[in-house]
Amino acid sequence: MIEVQGLVKTYGTKRAVDGVSFTVRRGDILGFLGPNGAGKSTTMKLITGFLRADAGRATVDGIDVAVDPVEVKRRLGYLPESAPAYPEMNVEEFLDFIADVRGFRSAAARREPVDRAIALTHLEAVRKQSIETLSKGFKQRVGFAQALLHDPPVLVLDEPTDGLDPNQKNEVRALIKRMSAAKAVILSTHILEEVEAICNRVIIISRGKVVADETPAQLQARQPGARLDEIFRDLTQGDI
Amino acid sequence: MRQIVPVFKREFLGYFRAPVAYVFLIAFLVISVSLAFSRFGGFFRANQASLERYFMFFPWLFLFLVPAVGMRLWSEEKRSGTVELLFTLPLTTLQAVVGKFLAAWVFLAIAVLLSFPMALTIGYLGSPDWGVVVTAYLGTILMAGGYLGVCSLTSALTRSQVISFVLSVLACAVIVFLGLSGFTSFLEGMFPIQVADAVANFSFVTHFDAFTKGIVDPKDVVYFLSLMGFTLFLNVVVLER
Repeated sequence: MIEVQGLVKTYGTKRAVDGVSFTVRRGDILGFLGPNGAGKSTTMKLITGFLRADAGRATVDGIDVAVDPVEVKRRLGYLPESAPAYPEMNVEEFLDFIADVRGFRSAAARREPVDRAIALTHLEAVRKQSIETLSKGFKQRVGFAQALLHDPPVLVLDEPTDGLDPNQKNEVRALIKRMSAAKAVILSTHILEEVEAICNRVIIISRGKVVADETPAQLQARQPGARLDEIFRDLTQGDI
Repeated sequence: MRQIVPVFKREFLGYFRAPVAYVFLIAFLVISVSLAFSRFGGFFRANQASLERYFMFFPWLFLFLVPAVGMRLWSEEKRSGTVELLFTLPLTTLQAVVGKFLAAWVFLAIAVLLSFPMALTIGYLGSPDWGVVVTAYLGTILMAGGYLGVCSLTSALTRSQVISFVLSVLACAVIVFLGLSGFTSFLEGMFPIQVADAVANFSFVTHFDAFTKGIVDPKDVVYFLSLMGFTLFLNVVVLER
């Protein structure tokens, strides 16, 4: 479970995150929407402990990320934007490294979670291929594999279907949906239909502030009959 | 501290996954050995079964070769975004810094130790004082660590490997310079000798000298270890900003 209270992050004079608060429980798939530069990725980086907040609190399962970041990171699976990975390693080596850091000490202990992650993300074909030679779609899936490898109770996914073809997008969404029963999931996206397809809650961020925090149905109810992107545009008016 | 091991393994094996490391090792050995046999080194002219003519160049060799290894330590992670992956894994900044540092240091140690044919050569040509050879290698490896600490720190300050390289060369050059006899005698002319000595005490050169003569002075060991400790501490601070 994730609890965020009054998070603030400032870069110079710009308030990238300006008092963001929300809660995500087990079983939730929260869709994080907002124009580019609204503060979605920054908020995620604050929750995962990559950045330090200037004010406010973020807790995961009751643990404050500012107080005990290592414990929080143990419980998180994070897919950063553009799915970074070490290019000179092959997929198996990379996932092996992640498993090692995540506490699977022996090679034998690592085999099962790595195999499982590769199976879930359909990476068998490129198992021994070096990451720098992979296509965008495969790289994205490697990032996803690394996030779910240790079966974390919380998943923070920054644009998880970015760069995937329609079939792959479908696969990933189905996977997230299947896993979400026992997990708290936040995913950020630009694709409104993705929100409709798998999210049970939506938050829209504009200029660092939360401008909507409700279910997709409630969001639609704001303007019945209108398209979601029109409702989105109205809420984020002026934030180009 | 257990988390240092996976980081170390990944980084160290990573060196050997790309051709760059092998190119570096060969270049390092070719340059260092040719210098010893050149006009400047005068290995044969000296007519002694010692590696003094080989080790004397190391402060200068390291000035360019250690930044070449150190420049990609953190700049590359920042540029490619893997730093965001690394620091959302359950390990502390210190563990990551130490893991990467140790991997680079072991790599440099291997580069230095691969010159063992030189040692075999003097063993064949005469009867060298092996104690001196051992302490000289030890001193070289410690000095490499000192340089590396500085280079790792400058690498954490920027995403650009080039800027990191330039900054580290400059920083290391200053530290070497502080110990050069020309500079210290200049200082002695202006300040009391204790001041000149204190300043020279900050230099790699001052503390490497004894090792090449067969002396393991605890002061020198402490110098290199504290330099490494200090730069690694700053490294953590910079990354946590």
